[in-house]
Amino acid sequence: MIHFTFPSPPACPEGEAFRTEIRAFLEKALADRAPIDRAQSWNGIDPAFSRKLGSLGWLGLTWPKRYGGSERSALERYILLEELLAAGAPVGAHWIAERQSGPSLLRFGSEEQKLAILPRIAAGECFFCIGMSEADTGSDLASVRTRAARTDEGWRVNGAKLWTTNAHHCDYMILLCRTSPVDPERRHAGLSQFLVELPWPGVTIRPIRNLAGEHHFNEVVFEDALLPRDAILGREGDGWKQVTSELAYERSGPERFLSSFTLLVELVRALSPAADERAEIAIGRLGAHLITLRRMSRSVAGLLQAGANPALEAAVVKDLGALVEQEIPEIARDLIGGEPRTEASRKFAEVLAYTAMHAPSFSLRGGTREILRGIIARGLGLR
Amino acid sequence: MLRTTTARLLEDVLTDAARATLTDGAMPPELWSALEDLGLPSALLPEEKGGFGVPVAEALSLLTVAGEHALPLPLADTMLAGFLLAKAGIEAPQGPLTVAPAAEVTIDGGGRSTGSAWNVPWGRHARSIVIVAETAGGPVILAVPQSSVTVEPGANMAGDPRDTIRFEAAAAARAPAPFSLIEARAAGAATRALMMAGALRAVTTMTTQYAEERKQFGRAIGKFQAIQQNLAVLAGQSASASAAADMAADAVADWRPGLTTAVAAAKIRCGEAAGVGAAIAHQVHGAIGFTQEHRLRHYTRRLLAWRDEYGHEAEWARRLGSYLVAAGPAGLWPAITAV
Repeated sequence: MIHFTFPSPPACPEGEAFRTEIRAFLEKALADRAPIDRAQSWNGIDPAFSRKLGSLGWLGLTWPKRYGGSERSALERYILLEELLAAGAPVGAHWIAERQSGPSLLRFGSEEQKLAILPRIAAGECFFCIGMSEADTGSDLASVRTRAARTDEGWRVNGAKLWTTNAHHCDYMILLCRTSPVDPERRHAGLSQFLVELPWPGVTIRPIRNLAGEHHFNEVVFEDALLPRDAILGREGDGWKQVTSELAYERSGPERFLSSFTLLVELVRALSPAADERAEIAIGRLGAHLITLRRMSRSVAGLLQAGANPALEAAVVKDLGALVEQEIPEIARDLIGGEPRTEASRKFAEVLAYTAMHAPSFSLRGGTREILRGIIARGLGLR
Repeated sequence: MLRTTTARLLEDVLTDAARATLTDGAMPPELWSALEDLGLPSALLPEEKGGFGVPVAEALSLLTVAGEHALPLPLADTMLAGFLLAKAGIEAPQGPLTVAPAAEVTIDGGGRSTGSAWNVPWGRHARSIVIVAETAGGPVILAVPQSSVTVEPGANMAGDPRDTIRFEAAAAARAPAPFSLIEARAAGAATRALMMAGALRAVTTMTTQYAEERKQFGRAIGKFQAIQQNLAVLAGQSASASAAADMAADAVADWRPGLTTAVAAAKIRCGEAAGVGAAIAHQVHGAIGFTQEHRLRHYTRRLLAWRDEYGHEAEWARRLGSYLVAAGPAGLWPAITAV
């Protein structure tokens, strides 16, 4: 039987000087950012801030220099990400491009694609969205129905993607679709990934408002959209392998347990200078969870740096991280209450309401709780 | 290597048959000698005092092996006693030792010690009871010899001895303690965190295997999604406890000012994992696991007992929480990354 092991996170002495540098930068850059904006965590969008990070060389930190990267370690990148998230920096514009699309391109892209796009991502000038889910395709990703058919010049795409975060701000989508009919014996075969420039003829982006009334999601409809031959990413038919290879990167990062961190900061502010015993116990318990999760998440970063594929460990981090992220608004409400009585408590209540309204998504996005636990159970040998 | 050897020894000596003959609180000499033959009780001592000369964190990791075998012997307590005595420059006595988690002591003008201590692990079997106490001159560490104490037997939930001991005008080895009471308590809490992590690991293995073997409705119960989801939670709790316990071991090894913060986080996290994990293990085992005969109880009763020893979750959470609130909104994140 497999036990999930989280080896001690590797030491990163060069990282601590970097952390000091990042903190100094953020203190200045975010001086006027209000708690309610910080609470957006990695949904907060500010292209100018993304460009600023790009100009500092802080996007694509680990990528090769010839693609615009800085060739620094995964552990240094980890420090940068956790500092940005803890401070509530608006990283949403570039988040997907930097975390997921860039690494996919690096791994599967053609040299032309890499040279054309990666330096722009690293500069904070090129943003990506993920075209995976559809109306009838959520957790069961292999059931996608959007289809790309070969033409003389390239590919003709028909279908619709749903829950596409920030498609309306993005320069590219990485689209997952069928390139061969479903083979019931091999459901994961016949899928391919494409690079779709946005906007693009035949591609319509429609807003879907979330429960809080915000426009992050979209429906992206493809009607005889013609893509050039070289729009394919990686190999035809390898789509499943390519999308699943990035899961350890997607699921183990600090964004999987820090989504509610701004609320915890505001809770501590509301309790300061001294909390009662009940509040101290509640804060201490949350602190213990975050400290442990951070160690586990850094451990996965170390495994990734060493070239391992800790997909199971990443699923554990994401499952446990979402629980804590969702508990924070409940505990904050229990300790302070959600109904404001003063100007200061009005600001706290805003952050609490924002976080509470977004909390349901924490155990849905990037793999639902049930899917993650299914993956863990498979790791235990039960499936 | 050390861990593998220890695991092999414990598998050999703690068979189900051997356990069946053990009465609660008994300490068969041959069992203790088996540990001494490997040098395990001295694992945390400096090499010249009989230690292995391995890093402290590695020696401490033997306690996860002890937890993995629900070891009914004062290995953690002897290791801890020797470790604290060595820090104060006192030679550790031979044989099983223990540390009092809480005590009241007065030292008279002649240097004799009078007092009592509660919930002393394996107190009745210990050659010396180590006590860390506050005095007007600062914290001191004492090693009260077995010959000077009277024992009122007690037990924890697992049936392991947790005795009350009393002593009057005892001649105890004594030295100023180069650490605070709370640091000594944190070192004790770290031993419990490590044992809980080990026990959870064993419980996860045992429960997963049982789910693969037990058939209902014509198939192994582990094939049902409801059971799979519960086992996934158990595995996650076990993994978290291991990560937290490693953090505690690193903190004890470093012995720097952040010690109590790291150990507080670990004891809270392991304690919570112990409660959730033991409950799931029993749920999956059904009535079969709820018997004296089944070996699951050796683990779950200890998990529930170790949660409370050297400070339960709320005690450490209050300490950690008060530190984090005092750090303030701007200092909260730096306080977390400093661990």
